[in-house]
Amino acid sequence: MAEIAYRDALNQALSEEMARDPRVFLMGEEVARYNGAYKVSQGLLDKYGSARVVDAPISELGFAGLGVGAAMVGLRPVIEMMTWNFAILAMDQIVNNAAKVRHMSGGQLRCPIVFRGPGGAGGRLSSQHSQALEANYAHFPGLKVIAPGTPADAKGLLKSAIRDENPVVFIEGELLYGARGEVPDGEYTIPIGKADLKRLGSDVTLITWSRMLTAQVLPAAELLAQQGINAEVLDLRTLKPFDTEAVAASVRKTNRVVIVEEGWPFASIGSELADFIQRECFDDLDAPVRRVTGLEVNMAYAANLERAIQPSTERIIEAVNAVLYR
Amino acid sequence: MHSPELLLTMYRKMVLSRRFEEKAGQAYGQKKIQGFCHLYIGQEAVVVGINEALRPDDMVMTGYRDHVHPLVRGSDAGMLMAELFGKDTGYSKGKGGSMHFFDIEHHFYGGYGIVGGQIPLAAGMAFASKYRNEDRITVCSFGDAAANQGAFHETFNMASKWKLPVLYVVENNKYGMGTEISRVSAEPDIHKRAAAYKMRGVSVDGMDVLKVYDTVKELAASIRAGEGPVLLEAFTYRFRGHSMSDAATYRSKEEVEQERQRDPIIKLRELMLKKKVATEAQLDAIDEAEKVVVDEAIAFADQSPEPPLEDVYTHGLVADGEPDERPRARVRGATDVKWPSYPTDFKVTWDLEPRDEPSPAAKLKKGAA
Repeated sequence: MAEIAYRDALNQALSEEMARDPRVFLMGEEVARYNGAYKVSQGLLDKYGSARVVDAPISELGFAGLGVGAAMVGLRPVIEMMTWNFAILAMDQIVNNAAKVRHMSGGQLRCPIVFRGPGGAGGRLSSQHSQALEANYAHFPGLKVIAPGTPADAKGLLKSAIRDENPVVFIEGELLYGARGEVPDGEYTIPIGKADLKRLGSDVTLITWSRMLTAQVLPAAELLAQQGINAEVLDLRTLKPFDTEAVAASVRKTNRVVIVEEGWPFASIGSELADFIQRECFDDLDAPVRRVTGLEVNMAYAANLERAIQPSTERIIEAVNAVLYR
Repeated sequence: MHSPELLLTMYRKMVLSRRFEEKAGQAYGQKKIQGFCHLYIGQEAVVVGINEALRPDDMVMTGYRDHVHPLVRGSDAGMLMAELFGKDTGYSKGKGGSMHFFDIEHHFYGGYGIVGGQIPLAAGMAFASKYRNEDRITVCSFGDAAANQGAFHETFNMASKWKLPVLYVVENNKYGMGTEISRVSAEPDIHKRAAAYKMRGVSVDGMDVLKVYDTVKELAASIRAGEGPVLLEAFTYRFRGHSMSDAATYRSKEEVEQERQRDPIIKLRELMLKKKVATEAQLDAIDEAEKVVVDEAIAFADQSPEPPLEDVYTHGLVADGEPDERPRARVRGATDVKWPSYPTDFKVTWDLEPRDEPSPAAKLKKGAA
């Protein structure tokens, strides 16, 4: 196992899939000569040429739709959004075309495409550049949504996403690109729809994904351990379809749940999980499900406000104390 | 220069289109068809002229006024009508309806309901052709109002810069729903906008099927030869309202009457009689035969069952190993369905930008040193 950065893990996934399958091409802003705004596509232009690593103009709707059309006739586009904030401009193509074309055509067409790029807060970027938008895409039938939190998961899941026959929204953590972690040697994939227990515990289940995993949830679990509370940490990795079995199994084991998500609380992934848990695990719960989310405000620039808006270990511990009636 | 066979085919397809739409309009009145329903009556010369100038494997798509585009490609009229009726025997098993016709067997890649939303898709299909070094071209129709969408600008810029093999056809029927295009457009001659993208912009009388045919024949050859995309503006007119719910009171009776004088079917009929390509009796026989085709289509749609309720969740996500639906094989038991195959093993030989050319910035640095 080598320890590599999250961005390099994604780069390996892209490069390996492009070597394996000539149908795969990467298109987006700054992906080719600039080697990627976040250097995820470093070196790919030299390896695969300008028809397979394509610098697009700043036309998110245009090149997202171009990708959808190419996918409809047998290519495997990977469309990079410089950030998911900009993909809002491409929402029509992702939602109205990619997610619906198989349905509208009565199963005559399929759309194997990956839309990928960073989401979540980027660090002092204010409101238009600091949004965790995964719940938006998870809302629509016809899309899969993935948000990996570690380099190993990022690589294995991106490879699966590229091989999938459906449109996949792949949201990377903007602040995770430099994060290092062990990645298995050689060829591997991680199945879409499988969660991963990142920490075993018995007193409470913390459910999370993407950057919150390493930024807040695992540190909170360590602090709780010092207080004698053994928290289990379940990393969803795939948000849609989410791993219902893994969620239910962990809840049945600990009987208490705190969901930690970077995005806003209203109509969120966490609210969907809470609904699932109260329906499927009602008798197993010893306390109501609690959620720690981004505050119901737009992101501020000031350092202290930015910190306050995002979930913190303090707020997680507070929620854990609440479900433990401490 | 136009063979009698070609003229007869064009006449037959325009008549078929007209009858199909008239019957669809009637069925709408009977509430057999519901929802939005946009008829193509008056514009037939555009779609027929284009189609006869294309290869059967060229890829075609359009917006939501989409009934006739697949019909003239050879789609099964009964199955199209069944889709309008929301029946199981429709091309999309009743999931798409009027605005979402698809017939991949005949390389018709869909009707799309968001104005201009299909424009980037066509560039992607053309990109795929170029990527795999195929000589198929993509033809994408849209209405005049779609030219004011961002998708038009964003896509034209890319399609031209990358010389994608795509023909964009703006079917200019003068109105975006109830709004005259000139009222909301700084440049209502839409083909002139192509110049901004260094693209060829051409216009044609869209009420004259032969002019459309000749123009598209030349444009398709140029696009196939790698000379880049073209924007063709066909000036046409819809004789009915925007959709079935539109009485079209924003147009004067005189205007509509004047346009009806240019009816493309009557025009072609007169020409064929004048040139003695066919007799009145022969053309009447075609009219009668196409009427029968459409009557049969209505009967087929009427007698077809609704989709089974257990189909409500099908065709959401593709399951592992799940094949694509082949509608004519499913519905008619056809054994001659040719489905497009997309290679999985090939070499990409296209360079979108020259490999060894340094970037302008790099050249600058070299010069400075």
